[in-house]
Amino acid sequence: MSSTPRRDSVRNRRLLERAFVALCLLAVLLPLGLLALLIGRVLVDAGGRLSWGFLTSYPSRRAAQAGILPGLVGSLYLTGLTATIALPLGVGAAVYLEEYGRRGRLAHLIEINIANLAGVPSIIYGLLGLELFVRTVGMERSLLAGACTMALLILPIVIMASREALRTVPDTLRESAFALGGSHWQVVRQVVLPLAFPGILTGSILAVSRAIGEAAPLIVVGALTYIAFLPRGINSPFTVLPIQIFNWVSRPQEAFMVNAAAGIVVLLLTLLLLNGLAIYLRNRMQKRRYW
Amino acid sequence: MKPGPATLPRTGLIREWIIERALLGSGMIAVVTTVAIVVVLALETVAFFREVSLGQFLGDTQWTPLFADKHFGIWPLLGGTLLTSAIAIAVALPFGLLAAIYLSEFAAEGVRKALKPMLELLAGVPTIVYGYFAVVVVTPMLQRVIGGLAGFNALGPGIVMGVMIIPMISSLSEDALHAVPMSVKEGAHALGATRLATLLRVTIPSAFSGITASVVLAVSRAIGETMIVAIAAGQQPRFTLDPRVPIETMTAYIVQISMGDTPTGTLEYRTIFVVGSTLFLMTFAMNIISQRLARRFRKGTA
Repeated sequence: MSSTPRRDSVRNRRLLERAFVALCLLAVLLPLGLLALLIGRVLVDAGGRLSWGFLTSYPSRRAAQAGILPGLVGSLYLTGLTATIALPLGVGAAVYLEEYGRRGRLAHLIEINIANLAGVPSIIYGLLGLELFVRTVGMERSLLAGACTMALLILPIVIMASREALRTVPDTLRESAFALGGSHWQVVRQVVLPLAFPGILTGSILAVSRAIGEAAPLIVVGALTYIAFLPRGINSPFTVLPIQIFNWVSRPQEAFMVNAAAGIVVLLLTLLLLNGLAIYLRNRMQKRRYW
Repeated sequence: MKPGPATLPRTGLIREWIIERALLGSGMIAVVTTVAIVVVLALETVAFFREVSLGQFLGDTQWTPLFADKHFGIWPLLGGTLLTSAIAIAVALPFGLLAAIYLSEFAAEGVRKALKPMLELLAGVPTIVYGYFAVVVVTPMLQRVIGGLAGFNALGPGIVMGVMIIPMISSLSEDALHAVPMSVKEGAHALGATRLATLLRVTIPSAFSGITASVVLAVSRAIGETMIVAIAAGQQPRFTLDPRVPIETMTAYIVQISMGDTPTGTLEYRTIFVVGSTLFLMTFAMNIISQRLARRFRKGTA
């Protein structure tokens, strides 16, 4: 029994549609497959180098003895310092934009600048940090100069995440607090901020974890690529994980590539830990939300 | 909603005033940062052009500021940047757009919720990791297929960069596709259009400005991307469109100089700011275009 031409064309169209959907699905799965391949390959390459000794040793000309300690400690110091600078400023700016300046001219000006800053390539922040913090302010090539640079880099992200969190607090709660006679700051401090806190915290952790993976601006600011000591205070020279990895990747010898892979595993684990913490905190605190 | 706490004592009012100013001050950091970036880049660029003419910068096809025979033509670096970015977009556009279509139009809600964050992970991987991947995995793989491909080249890092920016295109494009009103799609279905025809003739054209915005933003991101190309593209400024040979991008040049010990105030030191200015102007223009386009699609559908 032969089908009519019309039914054929319907079937063809169905087939075409299915093929197209499959193609679209492939466009999602293939990049994910590549990501899996990347992670798998790094783990395999890192293989034997991952050990306690790798975490607690200094870099060395002999690849097999080299470790990542200064990079790891540098990254931790830098991240802590960056967060200390960026979070108060970022949350403050977000509170101003959401709770005070709404629709004002200044608020509009600030918003435009934040949107533009979010699109500025990270290496440009490096040039800014080099000229402003390292040279003009005279911080030299220190941990502090690096942290100031990174703080400016993540500030737009902190502000955007904090605004998002502040927006989830319903206006009815603000109005009730005002009705009870609270001053503007009292309402913000005692009602809005505590309620927005989980969101702000989560967003901030994610913003800070962006800073951990960045290498380019810090290279420009002058982080060292080879140091055999730990930073002693905020005026000390420093290196960070990604720069140590960059140093190893740039060497021709195979053995240093293994170190690079091991360094990447440490870096990815750090990020995974932070992101996991952010998700955990969000889920935990969301349960307590009571509006 | 401006509350008037009339009952507050005078000290309280002063406190409120100070706090509001302090909060405004932290917001103004964003404005100050923008101004500082422009001033820093402009000052050093002006100092550079006192020694090198604009004609040389735009007319010469060699970039050799570190050699005895100095040339300051931006084209090799600009060409390297455009080449790697073009390769990245050639990868990211089809994948990103098709992924957006799948997530927005075809995927079940549960599948979408699972796949979307996974896809966004791609943008969260540090670029240094992608650089390693480009050198150790992608380039050797390509070398088996493409004859004459050097160990450092534009193709490998370009492709890897493309993978990195897929989620940037897919997420914004998905928003744009999603924003097309259901009633419009239903109208097309009612006229007898298949799902595919609706998508190609109605949904995608309606979402076009949003999709374009995502692509422009992705281009801007690719132009500014640094570590992947610094590691895998070769650091050899070369005026060519051949993706098989070592090249250098603007960002990689800044890294290369920063790794060395170039004394401040010298002409070599200023070159990184001139290159930075060029980079800043390009990305700034693209970000503005992207924002305009995105605003249009939001207005059109709200």
